[in-house]
Amino acid sequence: MGKRIVFGVAAVLLVVAAAYANFFIAPTERTMGLIQRIFYFHAATAWAGETTLFVCFVANLLYIWKRSPKYDWLGVTCAEVGLVCITVVLITGPIWAHPVWGIWWTWDARLTSTFVLWLLYVSYLLLRSLIEEPDRRALLSALFGVFAFLDVPLVFFSIRWWRTQHPAPVIMGGSGSGLDPTMSKIFFFNVLVMHVFAAFLIVERYVLEKMKHDVDLLQREAEAQ
Amino acid sequence: MKNLGSVFAAYLIGWAVFFIFFVTLAKRTSDIRAELERLKNSLPRGK
Repeated sequence: MGKRIVFGVAAVLLVVAAAYANFFIAPTERTMGLIQRIFYFHAATAWAGETTLFVCFVANLLYIWKRSPKYDWLGVTCAEVGLVCITVVLITGPIWAHPVWGIWWTWDARLTSTFVLWLLYVSYLLLRSLIEEPDRRALLSALFGVFAFLDVPLVFFSIRWWRTQHPAPVIMGGSGSGLDPTMSKIFFFNVLVMHVFAAFLIVERYVLEKMKHDVDLLQREAEAQ
Repeated sequence: MKNLGSVFAAYLIGWAVFFIFFVTLAKRTSDIRAELERLKNSLPRGK
C-alpha cells in the first residue's frame, strides 16, 4: 500500500512537471500558435494507450497459452486503462482539430481507425460482463482481445499509408518530418510521464481485479459450506 | 493568446476523464475490500 501511494504521488508530480513544460517551456508553434500545445498531451496519451493495449495483447496471448488467471487479470486491467487513454485521445483531438481544420471530426483513416479501436475495447469489456463462468469469460475475452489488437498497428500506420485529413507523423515520419529540439525533448518527457501514469493506473486496477478473484473464491467456499 | 480557451479545455477535460476513472476505481476497490473483509469474517478459519 505504501509503495503504491509513493508511486501515485510520483506520477502526479511528473504530470504537474509535464504540464509546466507544455505551457511554459515549449516554444509556440509558428503556424498553429497556442493550440499546438495540445499535441504534447494528445499524442503522448495516444502512445501510452497503444503501449497499454500491446501489454493487453501479450497478456491475452499468454492466457490462451498458459491459462493462468494472472494473465486474465492483466488483460482486463490493460484493456480498461487503454480504453480510458483512447477516450482522452478522442476528446482532445477534436478540440485541437476544430480551430485548425474548421471541423470537429471527419471520417479520415486515423480518426476512423481510432474510433473503431475504442469500439473494439468497449466490446471487449461488454463481452466480459456478459459471461458468468470465469474460465469461459477469460478465454473468450482473450481471443477477442487478440482480434481487437489488430487495429492498433492500423491506427499507428494509418497516417503513413494514407494521406488524409490528420497531419503526417512528426516522429518517425521519415525525411521531411521532425520537431524543434526543445519540442522534441518535451514531447518525449510527456511520453514518459503518460507511460508512468498509465502504469500507476494499471497497478491500481490490477489490485482490484485480484481482490475480485479472492471474493469469488470466498463466495464459492461460503456456498459450499 | 488565440485559442487559449481550447488548450485549457483539452487539458481540463482530458485530466477530468483520468480523474473520474481513478475515483471510480478507488470506489470499486473500497467496496470490494469491504466485501472481502465481510466474507473473511463470516467464514470460520483456522479454528
